[in-house]
Amino acid sequence: MAPEADAAGSTATDEQAVGESPPPSPRHREIVEVLGRELGEGLLGHHYSARDAWVRVSPASWRQAGLVCRDVLGLAYLSFVSAIDWKQAPDLGGQKRWDPEAEPTEEPADGPGRWTTGVAGGGTRFQVFARLYDVVGHVGLTLKVDAGDGPDGEGGAAPRAESWVPLFRGADWHERETWEMYGVEFEGHPGLRHLYLPGQFEGFPLRKDFPLLAREVKPWPGLVNVEGLPGEDEPEEPEGSGA
Amino acid sequence: MIGPVAGTFLGIHAAYWNEAVLKLVLGFALALTGAGTFVYVYLFKMVSHLQSRLGPMEAGPHGSLQLFAEVLKFLQKEDVFPAKADRLVFGAAPFVVIMSTLLIYVVIPVGPRGVASNLDIGILYALAVSSISVIGVLMAGWASANKYSLMGGLRAAGQLIAYELPLVLAVVGVVMQAGSLNLQRIVAGQANFKLFGFQGLGLYAIPQFVGFLIFLIAAQAELTQTPFDMPIAESELVAGYMTEYTGLRFLVFFIGEFATAFALAALGAVLFLGGWWLPGMGAHWGSAAWSREVVGTAVLFAKVMLLGFVIFWVRFTLPRFREDQLQKFAWKFLIPLALANILVTGIAKVVASA
Amino acid sequence: MTATESQQRAYIAGQAAEARVNFALETEGMTLNVGPQHPATHGTLRIVVRLDGEQVVWADPIPGYMHRGYEKLCEVRDYAQVTTLINRIDWLGSFCNEVPFVLAAEELMGIEAPPRAQYIRTVLFEMGRIANLTLFLGDMAAQVGALTPVFYAFRDREYVLNLIESVTGGRFHPNFDRIGGLKDDLPKGWIDETTQVMRRIGEFCDEIDDLLIGNRIFEERCRGIGVVPRDVALEYGLSGANARASGIDWDLRRDEDSPLAWNHADWKVWTHPDGDSFARYWVRQQEVREASKIVGQLLDDLPSGPIRAKTPARIRIPRGETWMHAENPLGEMGYYVVSDGSPGGPFRCKIRTPSFSNVSIVPWLLRGVYVPDVITILASLYFILGDIDR
Repeated sequence: MAPEADAAGSTATDEQAVGESPPPSPRHREIVEVLGRELGEGLLGHHYSARDAWVRVSPASWRQAGLVCRDVLGLAYLSFVSAIDWKQAPDLGGQKRWDPEAEPTEEPADGPGRWTTGVAGGGTRFQVFARLYDVVGHVGLTLKVDAGDGPDGEGGAAPRAESWVPLFRGADWHERETWEMYGVEFEGHPGLRHLYLPGQFEGFPLRKDFPLLAREVKPWPGLVNVEGLPGEDEPEEPEGSGA
Repeated sequence: MIGPVAGTFLGIHAAYWNEAVLKLVLGFALALTGAGTFVYVYLFKMVSHLQSRLGPMEAGPHGSLQLFAEVLKFLQKEDVFPAKADRLVFGAAPFVVIMSTLLIYVVIPVGPRGVASNLDIGILYALAVSSISVIGVLMAGWASANKYSLMGGLRAAGQLIAYELPLVLAVVGVVMQAGSLNLQRIVAGQANFKLFGFQGLGLYAIPQFVGFLIFLIAAQAELTQTPFDMPIAESELVAGYMTEYTGLRFLVFFIGEFATAFALAALGAVLFLGGWWLPGMGAHWGSAAWSREVVGTAVLFAKVMLLGFVIFWVRFTLPRFREDQLQKFAWKFLIPLALANILVTGIAKVVASA
Repeated sequence: MTATESQQRAYIAGQAAEARVNFALETEGMTLNVGPQHPATHGTLRIVVRLDGEQVVWADPIPGYMHRGYEKLCEVRDYAQVTTLINRIDWLGSFCNEVPFVLAAEELMGIEAPPRAQYIRTVLFEMGRIANLTLFLGDMAAQVGALTPVFYAFRDREYVLNLIESVTGGRFHPNFDRIGGLKDDLPKGWIDETTQVMRRIGEFCDEIDDLLIGNRIFEERCRGIGVVPRDVALEYGLSGANARASGIDWDLRRDEDSPLAWNHADWKVWTHPDGDSFARYWVRQQEVREASKIVGQLLDDLPSGPIRAKTPARIRIPRGETWMHAENPLGEMGYYVVSDGSPGGPFRCKIRTPSFSNVSIVPWLLRGVYVPDVITILASLYFILGDIDR
């Protein structure tokens, strides 16, 4: 039971092909239909799983989609707004997979302009996604939008998306965190500034090319024997550390 | 009949200076013993048992020496001054507070001749002198150079001033009944008091129950105990105006707090519960002087412990009032009630003497 | 980009436009730091507050003192290792953090845990809820000034923690959930002990009723303080008891088809129309009672069977994405797990924590409020630092 296995993951940016899963409930289908009606060209793709629904909209209609969801569809509860970076993380000296006997991964299918993205498609390295919920009808929706390629795109412009703060005041903090971690600039946000990180922090930590220093300094499994047993002089070198 | 007693201190004929030294030593002893007993019995043990735990058990049997351990601990701590603090004011504040407390002990009678100075304006003096602590609190709050302390000090000043009035007005009823401000005469008045023809009940708490209640509430507020402990609101301002104090100065504040509690409880016992007098102590007046002093002291002590129990019980049960609710309670409820009490007392006195 | 003072002020001024205190005309106010070390904030949360006398002009929470970078750490760990990590998000009811993640992984793999495991998961989940919320009941009382109920809360919580320890081996960080079921079965005699303890928890709720709910001073301190209207609550993403206290009838245990066993027990969802601090306290107190009832009922008819489904030795999750959320003690907690099919851990694991949203409403909620009420409001919103900061 992995319905997304064949439909998802393609680099196609169009509507799902024949063979997609049926909507889990009439309400989900209604949501996607209303969005298609209101946004027209803005609705770029949708996807259903056994109990959930995704839609992908165009960057120009991101805020419009939020408005439609809130006012027309009753999805008034904002769960979160965040982002995904679809670039494969560089192999941290083989430490991402600690099992030395596992098969090597295939060559990543990405390159400039071509990214392996998730359900409901998408074509850029950064995608902003959000989750809305209807507390009365008990139905939720995940919305995605392409945000841009960031430093890997032409010109190296920052990824950007429209801000949802005029619609949901709670999006304020979520967008601040997304900017802080991914560098996604939200247009119309009252003031993007650091939420978690100290003021002088440089870089965007959750991007895949931002190194996880702990793993570089101390490769898995870390320093196993810090102190030798009584009678020994030196701590042992951990085995299997390093590529 | 018990008449007003005057004369020498504890029946001892001594020169003025000898007597003064004796009074000083005994007064200090009373204050410190009282504060210490309150701290141990109520703060360490009673509250712990209320909160289903045991309290200090290590130092001495059942933690009885914990007090000395704490005193030693405070004495050997480093004397820290915040960098921006006003040194003179900061250093002097705790001593102003404890001075005002110790001055109350001058008039508390522990026996027929056991009072350091039998002032004719006894209770007025005691209440006046206890208000000096407000200055000390404000000094502490301001000189600490700490915003939290300042807020605590301001809150404390507002609260202490607001609750002075109910405290005084509650006492006025007693004064009217006794006909004197002198504390020994108030005790005598309770001893001679006839309620519906029964002599020997000896408590102004019965006719003056409203006043007694107001006195207890106002005393709770004067001690900045919950439900009136906004100034020291532990979870908000850390320790309010006492935040920056360590070592000896904090110890002085701490002792001052409990010495004031003992003093106010003693005043309450004297004014409302009959002080050192027990029914049956009247017949042998004038003889066996020492026994009466000792018994009187014990009786007063017991009554003070009873009031202390009530004060601390309330402290650890109720949540705290917000500052404006506190002020509203004082100004809009307690003071009119106290005034009504005075009115009724006056009417009753006129009617009774008619 | 550093946050300069003028930037911050401009941002706050935009928010203070509706404030009851006129931002532009403020008299010489005082800027106060509540925290990061402060008895009232449950952990290291810093709230910069600008006061005019005793009234708040604006407030700006600054989280991040406990930011551990969980989302990045999850990406370099295996699915089995991630559960060790996410235990520590909400450390008071920590079994509850593991459950949505494990359910998400199971859904992506297409595995179903056996019924006995689902029942025991629910029981442990509810016990985590009791452990979490009893601390809240005592703690908020302490913030308001009643110093004694805290001790009663901790005493009764100890029984629950001892029970959790006897099953999982850890009082605070059980790390007991596995993909496909649980690590171990219940020890002998545990069910009887638990039923007794649940009765004790019910009595504790009655004690709280007597001590606090009926207390006039407590009501005066909490009623009408920090009112959150329903639409504002939805906008800011308030969930769990905070939302139910604002009149939103929503409980994920009842409203979602979860594989866990909540619909096998008979229990009630409590809401309160007021939306003030008292309502939030009251709703959580009812929740503790209901949780103890759920545990008692589920343990009465516990199905027998295996405790764990057959899973491959090396967990490899096929490509896919899923969103799984649950009604944690603090609110709606969810994991958005993206897998790229490679052996190893999640490709992206977005952790949606309830306290993050609960604290995001603080700037809006604290304008024009008195300083003692600031403490009451923060206590009633109930956040845990590990939950805000991840």
